[in-house]
Amino acid sequence: MTVDLTQFHDVFFEESFEGLEIMESGLLNLSAGCDDVESINDIFRAAHSIKGGAGTFGFNKVSEFTHDLETLLDQMRDGRSPVTDESVELLLLSVDCLKDMLKALVDKSEIDYGAASALTGKFKNLLKRNNQHSIAVPVNEAPKVTKTNLNSKWIIEFKPHAHVLQTGNEPYRIIRELNTLGEIDVVVDLSDLHPYAEIEPTECHLSWTITLSGFGLSREKIDEIFEWVADESDITICEEIRASSEYVENNQMAFESDLHKLPPGSVNESLPALNDQVETAAESKVTELKKSDSKKSISQRTESKSIRVSIDKVDSLINMVGEMVITQSMLCALSKNFSVEKLEILVSGLAELEASTRELQENVMSLRMIPISFAFNRFPRLVRDLNSQLGKKVVLELKGTQTELDKTVMEKLSDPLTHLVRNSMDHGMETSEERIASGKPENGHVELNAFYESGSVVIQVRDDGAGLNVEKIRAKAIKSNLMDENDVYSDEEIQNFIFRPGFSTAEKLSDVSGRGVGLDVVTQNIKALKGTLDVKSIAGEGSVFTIRLPLTLAILDGQLLQIGNGVYIVPLVSIIESLQIDENNINRVAGGGSVYRLRDENITIAQLDGLFGYKGCSLNLHKKMMIVVESNGKKVGLVVDELLSQQQVVIKSLETNYGYVDGISGATILGDGTVALICDIHVLVDRALTNCQQHQGGVYECKSERVA
Amino acid sequence: MATILAVDDSASMRQMVSFTLQGAGHTVLEAEDGKLALALAEKSRGVDLVLSDVNMPNMNGIDLVKSLRNLDAYKFTPILMLTTETTKDKKMEGKSAGASGWIVKPFNPEQLLSTINKVLG
Repeated sequence: MTVDLTQFHDVFFEESFEGLEIMESGLLNLSAGCDDVESINDIFRAAHSIKGGAGTFGFNKVSEFTHDLETLLDQMRDGRSPVTDESVELLLLSVDCLKDMLKALVDKSEIDYGAASALTGKFKNLLKRNNQHSIAVPVNEAPKVTKTNLNSKWIIEFKPHAHVLQTGNEPYRIIRELNTLGEIDVVVDLSDLHPYAEIEPTECHLSWTITLSGFGLSREKIDEIFEWVADESDITICEEIRASSEYVENNQMAFESDLHKLPPGSVNESLPALNDQVETAAESKVTELKKSDSKKSISQRTESKSIRVSIDKVDSLINMVGEMVITQSMLCALSKNFSVEKLEILVSGLAELEASTRELQENVMSLRMIPISFAFNRFPRLVRDLNSQLGKKVVLELKGTQTELDKTVMEKLSDPLTHLVRNSMDHGMETSEERIASGKPENGHVELNAFYESGSVVIQVRDDGAGLNVEKIRAKAIKSNLMDENDVYSDEEIQNFIFRPGFSTAEKLSDVSGRGVGLDVVTQNIKALKGTLDVKSIAGEGSVFTIRLPLTLAILDGQLLQIGNGVYIVPLVSIIESLQIDENNINRVAGGGSVYRLRDENITIAQLDGLFGYKGCSLNLHKKMMIVVESNGKKVGLVVDELLSQQQVVIKSLETNYGYVDGISGATILGDGTVALICDIHVLVDRALTNCQQHQGGVYECKSERVA
Repeated sequence: MATILAVDDSASMRQMVSFTLQGAGHTVLEAEDGKLALALAEKSRGVDLVLSDVNMPNMNGIDLVKSLRNLDAYKFTPILMLTTETTKDKKMEGKSAGASGWIVKPFNPEQLLSTINKVLG
């Protein structure tokens, strides 16, 4: 039977990456001189598993590389190697190296063995130095001379100790295996056997003399068979230099008859495992059942590649469905025999059903939720590396790590968060000298915190660094034409200019947080997750960057709109304000299109019914409703027929159920069963602005020109 | 065919072992550490063979063997350690705790089956 090992690769990669994370966080907690055996053990075990798996699944380079790492960890855990900064650093580097190697294997791209072999060299040096104290020079075992005579005969005396059966080793197995090497002749010695009444069935008091003859026999092959019982048996093996063909012919018969020579009782009682096998046959039905169970568990694991759900969550779901079934059957019974007096019961039953439905919905959603520690746990390493790179002393604190967040959101959150932390450490944080000079504690403090706040997840990156310099930002904003010298902005508004494209006040560029390209990208990333990003900063005291995200991408807070005869939904988060149109504020601009004068701003107007191709869209905008939406820093006023309610909607993919529609990001089913389409604000804003420039249909053209 | 308890904290290893053994017609019970294996062993009947990793969280393979040998049902059950150690001392660690023998990692499915067939006969 051949087994295709590639089918296990995905699981191996997944567990190896998890193992590497365990190693990394373990190593980061390990400080020089530490002798916390338990945490070294955890690190060792992770490395050990990777090595074992890599060897099994044919990734020999990974396995070889891990070997040295494992040796060092092994010496660390039993105290033969001290825990030093150097060794921890080396181990951390090799975790990175392993990560790269595994990633390359996953992507089927080329592996950079250079880095690996450089590290291996360092490991060898370190191990060599450590071993100079405790000399453990591997003694080369004398090369074994393999004698393989063509036809040879061996006399084996095999006297197992009395307790051999208690380690699960059965002498009969040994004899059976010897029989696979060649012809055997077995003579049993019953002389040690106790009288029948005193026989202890768990002990073995038999010994055997086995004559083995065959072609190509070697001492090694015979030794291998006795390998597991060598420590609990007296074994002598010697070769007889004569081989008689006549003898060979007869010995099969001799073996069989010798077995018959044993008293029947002694065979059964001395070989209890045989009895077990009989029992096994009787239980084969039970076994069959178990077999189907274990098959099921395998298929579940394969699915778990995409999402892992704790058993608690599944149990509570099952619980809830159970409750719903009870309520449902109660209502069902009620309906068969309904009268007005029972109205109260009906109402309370429906209320119960509603409550459990909501609970069920929340819980099903929570299946996609994972604790934010998955995104946070890379930062201790990042901060450590940045500290040494920037020569700063920053202590990282993680808070609210158990706050749960949608898995998809989490994956996309990693980059923006990394950027913010880098930014805080590079630009925000002063050097130790500067800190001492300004009377602050020498060690800087960066805090990552996550918590829930009114239906969204808030993630904060807080530092006690120098804070944002409002004057510098103001000057830069004026220089970049983002504001006018005479404009009056609050400090907070000015601080938020740093999220504009290409904005950086850093005088010195560094390779840590780049050249100011970034914060605007972070803003884009967060917006793509339907979230917001803002900053609050006090000069000299520090800054707080706050990311606000919806709990999940599967549910959305939406504003329902009436356009023509259809209901549409706009994500609440992209709406800045809604207003009733005053025609006096509409201006026709040169080159086509119209704008709405909203306080100090001119906002391009687009009519959604026109954009969506409704025929006969009304041109009279007076008293109509307009929502001002923002995308990529550009505002557009969307004219709608009516504003309906605001509600949470469950997003259904339009692409899977129908097809891609430009300007529509999804659909949902409303309470009355109708389908409502969800507007893709990014696309609509872009289209509105393009239309406006090209002076095409859809954008309102003012008939009577009024110039304010 | 036999019922085999496979214990390893590595999911890929467990998958490989049980896939191989099931392919050969055996029934496989799986556990991911010694503690869970012991609990499973206590409530399962007719386990013909135990395969156990050595390095595992919660309860390692050596302690698992010791505990299993204290159970009446597992006094004589063959127990093989799946070990990466090739030195004699390390191999003997499992044996002196009561294991029957060992299979050295890395092993391929063919090696696994041939060893198991030897034990089960």
